Amino acid sequence: MTTFKLNDRSVSVDAAEDTPLLWVIRDEIGLKGTKFGCGIGMCGACTVHIDGRAVRSCITPLGAVANAAVTTIEGLDPNGQHPLQKAWIETQVPQCGYCQSGQIMQAATLLKDFPDPSDKDIDGVMSGNLCRCMAYVRIRTAIKAAAAEMRGTHG
Amino acid sequence: MDEVLAGPAMKQNLVSRRSFLIGAAGTSVLFGFPRPGFTAADAASTSPAALFEPTIWYRVDRSGAVTVSIIRAEMGQHVGTALARILADELEADWDKVQLDYVDTDPKWGLMITGGSWSVWQTFMPFSQAGAAGRIALIEEAANLLNVDKETCNARNGAVSAGDRSITYGDIVARGSLKRTFSADQLKAMPIKKPADRRLIGHDTKAIDIPAKTNGGARYGIDAEVEGVVYARPKIPPTRYGSKVVSIDDSAAKSVKGYIKSIALDDPSDTVSGWVMVFADSFFAADRAADKVKVEWIPGDAVKVSEQDLQDHGAKLIADPSGGSLLVDDPGVEAAFAAAKSSLRRTYTTSSVLHFQLEPVNALAFEKDGIFEIHTGNQWQSLILPVLAKALAVGEDKVIMRTYLLGGGFGRRLNGDYAVPAALATKAIGKPVKMVCTRADDMLFDSFRSPSIQTLGMAFGEGGKVTAMEHHAAAGWPTQVVMPSFMPKGVNNVPYDQFAIHGADHWYDVGAQRLRALSNDLANRAFRPGYLRSVGSGWTNWAVESFMDESAHAAGIDPVAFRLRLLDGTGRNAGTAPNSVGGARRQAAVLERAAEKGGWGSTMPKDTGLGIATTFGQERTMPTWQACVARVRVDRGRGNVILEKLTLVVDAGTIVHPDGALAQVEGAALWGVSLTLHEGSEFVQGRVKDTNLDTYTPLRMGDVPEMDIEFLPSNEVPTGLGEPATTVVGPAIGNAIFAATGARLRHLPIRPDAVLRALNTKS
Repeated sequence: MTTFKLNDRSVSVDAAEDTPLLWVIRDEIGLKGTKFGCGIGMCGACTVHIDGRAVRSCITPLGAVANAAVTTIEGLDPNGQHPLQKAWIETQVPQCGYCQSGQIMQAATLLKDFPDPSDKDIDGVMSGNLCRCMAYVRIRTAIKAAAAEMRGTHG
Repeated sequence: MDEVLAGPAMKQNLVSRRSFLIGAAGTSVLFGFPRPGFTAADAASTSPAALFEPTIWYRVDRSGAVTVSIIRAEMGQHVGTALARILADELEADWDKVQLDYVDTDPKWGLMITGGSWSVWQTFMPFSQAGAAGRIALIEEAANLLNVDKETCNARNGAVSAGDRSITYGDIVARGSLKRTFSADQLKAMPIKKPADRRLIGHDTKAIDIPAKTNGGARYGIDAEVEGVVYARPKIPPTRYGSKVVSIDDSAAKSVKGYIKSIALDDPSDTVSGWVMVFADSFFAADRAADKVKVEWIPGDAVKVSEQDLQDHGAKLIADPSGGSLLVDDPGVEAAFAAAKSSLRRTYTTSSVLHFQLEPVNALAFEKDGIFEIHTGNQWQSLILPVLAKALAVGEDKVIMRTYLLGGGFGRRLNGDYAVPAALATKAIGKPVKMVCTRADDMLFDSFRSPSIQTLGMAFGEGGKVTAMEHHAAAGWPTQVVMPSFMPKGVNNVPYDQFAIHGADHWYDVGAQRLRALSNDLANRAFRPGYLRSVGSGWTNWAVESFMDESAHAAGIDPVAFRLRLLDGTGRNAGTAPNSVGGARRQAAVLERAAEKGGWGSTMPKDTGLGIATTFGQERTMPTWQACVARVRVDRGRGNVILEKLTLVVDAGTIVHPDGALAQVEGAALWGVSLTLHEGSEFVQGRVKDTNLDTYTPLRMGDVPEMDIEFLPSNEVPTGLGEPATTVVGPAIGNAIFAATGARLRHLPIRPDAVLRALNTKS
């Protein structure tokens, strides 16, 4: 039995400790917003936060998150109104949308580290997240829009 | 369908938050998106009498909700939004009350296919006319209810008004007795608005499917659930065809907690011959167990085939002048070449390319009351339903496909072959089965883009005048494999796969022309050639537009001027109403505009060059005119090509949803870049070499060039936008490399070592 916090709720899961966190989240707990893409940590569709850092859940074993705080796209904002989520809609970023949970979770930690990210910062952090529809132009635009809103909001 | 909503307490919390609807409506299921701040009447409790349903394409309920039936796959193009806009414009509906129902398979929908960039083009008139019919009926009923002359009534924004009185569509449905329906002939004769009167078409809106794609609420095939499901992962045999299972040793898998068993599938449809399915009570257990199950196969013949064999075979086919299908065979080709002042002959090739749609193929299947339900995202239900019926040995009426969002289509999900093993698995084990392919399984099972080889020839007369052109193209033919009855016949009465040759039937006036399409039968036997975003247009235009550039240089004429001379819009290139009004002159217009915007003719820094190309998108019968200027810098030391900027000009006729159209061109253009500079695979002993992102490397954020995209204003027929831009970028880049360095590249993808070789060859 592994206990951790998921989106601010305590959960206990009876699965082998080497089970990838991705499948625990999706199939044991039933939150489907976190996606399976490559299984080797190279597409970013499965990105979640562990103690506030973006991590690839497909290569993170359940045992590694014991007592940690895990956040998925469903928990990023209680009303789905994180500045990034609003910017994603305003900019009309998603096409097929399959990668976008991971893109948004990755971008959320990008903005913690770079409140006013340059193109180079965005390229450096976001190049680990594949968008097969190649909505990259809009992802970049939306990140900058969200950054501007967050700087305005939080000084 | 309650099962889809059911689950542990944690899931229930989500159900209230997720922003799409799966509700029971009689025996059917509504899979769609409700609108924010607006709740439609509960479909389950709505009796048919309380609905106005003038055609099968939409219904209006007492709350005024307009629910549009979408038979197309939602895979990133926001097709539901675009199609509903067309209908709502004519219906004079309140856009905020329009919602989408992505329907399940039913014979009443006719052909269900989402591909070819056809959706808007094919749907524009039927949906406009269906909307207009509803508006007329609603106005007539409103006139009765308001007791006024219908001529004094005016429909706007979901209500009918006459003088200072007004009634909403919802109230008309609730209070009136709208029973009017329209026959197909009546609908076809229905007049539609003048472009100037449109209120939604051509104006921006927010795509209805987008909010759920930002909060984890969107549901794809891989998210489908049902009570009592077991999970399965396949063991993919060594060859696509003809592999036979000799033995299955699952002794090591038995140590995996949750492992159930492994079964070799028996497939009467021969879609997944040699597959072994590994079952477990979770996907993770099935995945881990599958790694431990050892299967011995006798492989099919393709195990002896590799990429070079495929290309050598294509070259051999081209060398034999007697084979293939002739699409164009003008008299005088030989004579023109014999009499030519000079001539040019070049061969172009492209590698195997994988779809890598981000959601690996998967399907949930179960049998309920004698009906097999397949839950999965799919682009061509009409193709796979008969195959599923054959595989399951039941009638087609015993199989239904339920619709989900697609985590990428790009043509992969035109081929619904992945539904077959899930269906066979549920039949074999007698329980609902959720089959998920790992990324490697998905890649090995891909119906990838065939390698291609093409030889082109040009004959020149005085002053570089083009007097004849020939084009011979050999590749695997997807349509020949999955639906040969779809193939038209050439002028020599030999069928050809139109999707493998579109693009080569260009709009240039080249004098005597010969165009020959050859089916690479070795490819068709070795793997399943697939439809990949723009299909053949992705390789034919690489050849045509690279060759135009080479021909222009051979003739000593500027590449833009050279093309403009040939795009004279005469004879067969004059265009026909309604789809290609203007013909080649519209192609000339986008070419000139792109040259102007892209700085054609300006002086470039060292090792930097501009390349230009122009195509008509997908098909002569539905041309999307476009031109592209690429600006590249070449690192001569390493052979790297740095793409600095793309300038694209597009004439796709009427643009229904401008921002959605722009998104499609942005994505398709970057696909073009990726297929040119970043991705390509290789067939090795019966399989593709690359099975994941460690070696397969599509374009990433840091590779994106500056992009300038412009649509030329037009009120002509709306044509396609999902694929066209993929076709024009590659040759523009190749031509730019030549302009920058004098090195000519004739193979896709362009790798640094090939650039270095070309640089050395040149010097």
